[in-house]
Amino acid sequence: MTIVDPTAENIVADPNVVNITINDKPVLARKGELIIAAADRTDDFIPRFCYHPRMSSVGMCRQCLVEVETPRGPMMVVSCMTPVAEGQIVRTATDTVKKAQEGVLELLLANHPLDCPVCDKGGECPLQDQAFSHGPGESRFVEEKRHYEKPIAISEIVYLDRERCILCDRCTRFADEVAGDPLISFTSRGNDTQVMTFPEEPFSSYFSGNTVQICPVGALTAKPYRFKARPWDIEQTESTCTSCSVGCRVVVQSSRDELVRFQGVDIDPVNWGWLCDRGRYNFESVNSTERLIAPLIKSDSGLAITSWSVALESAARIIRTALNSGTDSVAILGGARGTNEDAFAWASLADQLGITQRDSQLGDGLTPEIFNLAQATIDETCAASTIILLSPDLKEELPVLYLRVRDAAQKRKSRILEFSPRDSGLTPYAWRSVSFEPGRQAQVVRETLETQEMQEQIRLGEVVVVLGRANLAENESFTLHALGEILHAIPNAKILPVLRRGNVRGAVAVGFTPQKNSGDAIDILTKAAAGKIECLILLGADPLADVADSDLVARAFNRTRSVISIDTFINSSNRNADVVLPAAAFTEKTGTTTNLEGRISNVTQQITPRGTSRPDWMIATELGLSLGIDLEVSSLDELHQKMTSSIAEFSSCANNPVINSDGVLIVNEASATISRASVVLVDRNSYSYRLIVSRTMYDNAQSTKTSPSLVGIITKSAIYVNPLDLARIGVVDGTNIRVGIDDKSIVLPVNAHSGVHRGTAWLPYNHTSVDIRPLLDITSDVVDVRIEQLR
Amino acid sequence: MSRLTDKNSVIAKEIIARYPRQKSALIPLLHLAQEQTGYISREAMVHLGELVGVTSAEVYGTATFYEMFRFEPIGKYLVNICGTMSCALLGAHELMHHAEKRLGVKAGGTTQDGMFTLAHAECQAACTEAPCLQVNYRYRLRVSTTDLDKLIDDLEAGKLSEEIPAHGVLAKVRQHIAPDRAVGAVAPELVSEAPAWLNGKAAL
Repeated sequence: MTIVDPTAENIVADPNVVNITINDKPVLARKGELIIAAADRTDDFIPRFCYHPRMSSVGMCRQCLVEVETPRGPMMVVSCMTPVAEGQIVRTATDTVKKAQEGVLELLLANHPLDCPVCDKGGECPLQDQAFSHGPGESRFVEEKRHYEKPIAISEIVYLDRERCILCDRCTRFADEVAGDPLISFTSRGNDTQVMTFPEEPFSSYFSGNTVQICPVGALTAKPYRFKARPWDIEQTESTCTSCSVGCRVVVQSSRDELVRFQGVDIDPVNWGWLCDRGRYNFESVNSTERLIAPLIKSDSGLAITSWSVALESAARIIRTALNSGTDSVAILGGARGTNEDAFAWASLADQLGITQRDSQLGDGLTPEIFNLAQATIDETCAASTIILLSPDLKEELPVLYLRVRDAAQKRKSRILEFSPRDSGLTPYAWRSVSFEPGRQAQVVRETLETQEMQEQIRLGEVVVVLGRANLAENESFTLHALGEILHAIPNAKILPVLRRGNVRGAVAVGFTPQKNSGDAIDILTKAAAGKIECLILLGADPLADVADSDLVARAFNRTRSVISIDTFINSSNRNADVVLPAAAFTEKTGTTTNLEGRISNVTQQITPRGTSRPDWMIATELGLSLGIDLEVSSLDELHQKMTSSIAEFSSCANNPVINSDGVLIVNEASATISRASVVLVDRNSYSYRLIVSRTMYDNAQSTKTSPSLVGIITKSAIYVNPLDLARIGVVDGTNIRVGIDDKSIVLPVNAHSGVHRGTAWLPYNHTSVDIRPLLDITSDVVDVRIEQLR
Repeated sequence: MSRLTDKNSVIAKEIIARYPRQKSALIPLLHLAQEQTGYISREAMVHLGELVGVTSAEVYGTATFYEMFRFEPIGKYLVNICGTMSCALLGAHELMHHAEKRLGVKAGGTTQDGMFTLAHAECQAACTEAPCLQVNYRYRLRVSTTDLDKLIDDLEAGKLSEEIPAHGVLAKVRQHIAPDRAVGAVAPELVSEAPAWLNGKAAL
């Protein structure tokens, strides 16, 4: 917040500024601001436990008592519940205040176990710190303390120690207000009050890790960090999470060169301090013992460890041989996993080799053209009067963006207009949620926006479209046609593109996208399946597991002569590769990343890369040298300079090697338009179900399945239909059924789900036990399946 | 199978319709659930959560705040014997011992046939009539051991079923608010005029 000093000359007094005095020093505050928030901008610290600037005040712990002058003399008030007023005189450290604060702390400590030496919070604990700074030093409580069973698991990840809890309401408030998952609540009363879930029902929130971070005592701890390290032997650095494209700022903490914990950093434009559990805990995969630690080369007995020089020479030979048959016989997939610099180095290498076939998406996103439409930032989206969702379920795929949009709809003035094939995490908060059968969205959008109610809503102010791919079982053009309808009805609507891969926007900006009219990933794979690709380079991509059309990708790999993979793990695509080069993972390399709104921020190395693995950019330069190409880059700084001077979008961070927490926005000018197109509707046979295939937060992604704390949460494949349809199929919840199309079929359990509409079926993508991809054909517009009982 | 019965679900819907916000109906609904089985089962709490649109954790949090909601099976008759000062001075302890002997359970226990749950109680605000006890919160005053025996005999014989319904039943006559007298599912901030039944006698 910027406060304008009203006493300065030439400045019109801001009517929202309130003058108060804290400990005899003048302080400028904003109307409606709380005393504690105003005091936080001064040197006078008011102790607190329950107050959190990102949540509503509840005055639960009473620790922040201060004195305020009144006509009848000084009065004790709770500074987290008392707003500032003109001329208010606040004292935070008088004898009375100290006595009160010490009294509150003595009571809070009465039942607190004081097991600090064995408590994970010890050393970074607000209760411990404030007991020293604002506590009485001694307790008069000699009786037996309250006892509960020591930590109980309230979810797969979070443990609760009720003895340590001081009932500040932070975790329960977070779960209710911020995450919208009130699965924990205060139960019982008085001396027995405790935070608890419903019996036998876990605190299975996607955001549960935040409650651990904001717990002011050691009551909530998370499995991955329990007894792993102590705060005083932790080393840390600030970085940006690249699990998805939201770009949350994190503190990466390590101990003895091993990652131990991620904590959210509060920055205004993006994550407000929150993280999702996947982003917070999938660092465990970096520590995994399955990581690739040395280059591998194909031998008679499978992949064998080799040296970097041999591996690079071999890779260079393969590429050179393939290039002899023309530049079209080499293609690169991936590039969105690494930093901007990584992608830039590889794009430069590809440019010099003449490789134009490259794609950082695997047929599951949208055309990069959407980055050239008028763009909105996350902040602009959350300030818009209408937020149109034409996107995947943000709660599942871009969780922290879900928190921001939910906040905008719940606490601010935005209204959500959702177009979705099934109910999403934001449906309960939507002003209007309009469902459509996949393939019909353009028509539904047009008809909806023509109504008078919508016309009136649109006229209220800014409109931002959150745009992404909601369904992998339909052609991407349907989403674009629907967007065309929106832009026709609301020409000045802005777009927040939500492609989910970590750095897809940066990769596209530096040229990791089809060049010179080359085809996209699906075209590349189709060509490969026709035997026209000799060498496929996988830059952190696993098409065999990741591309929706398993048949196509299997045929493509069968006909491709050689595969070179740069990756952190052995996966299904590089298991039979010719050369596998081990890459440094996130937290093992430095650079910049670009989030979905085009915000460039830094990622920082915190630990040594495992084994001999190297950052992608270094591999590109080395491989270049083996191919006789000098990229003229000898350090990351040089590479960054080169990138910012040659890529127009990155000019904003030129000569600006130190990027602050907020990052800088990519330079973007709206140059593209998407217009209305006539759409041929594909009718559905009334006996079949139209498929909706989408991702959920915990799927078989490499980083999730190699994180011990998360692997147990990945659910098994199942198909979800409307309860009425379940009755029509004639089975009960959880029965195995056959789902088929043409001559292909799979058998998996069916579940009723009221958020799935009649005539459609939802298949979560990439879950365990049953591969659903045989049903999918990437060339067809939509997928209609039969669902039958097993005979 | 202790979600609300179909009949009670209809009553639940009527109760919910009285309130501007569905979750305001939670406590009357908890009483309804307790009336159905004598205590509130987990399934009932899940059901109530579905009915008013809150999570079962929130129902649980609300319900456990109140002492008179029970979450474990309880006898048909809950016998609370007061043990606070006046009653203690006038023989409450002897009364409790007698009751324990007679029913064959310790204070806090439930008889095998599920008829009686015996419990200690703090002052029930009838000190002038000590020693006193309550059966399902209905008073019995100046209770002697003979009175207690007779009370238990009568309860067992069903002679008092008119006066003392099974645990969980609040009253024989259920509160009924006609739809035109209920506020209904309207957010309070949207109400612009006084309800018709006030006949303009009171302003909002």
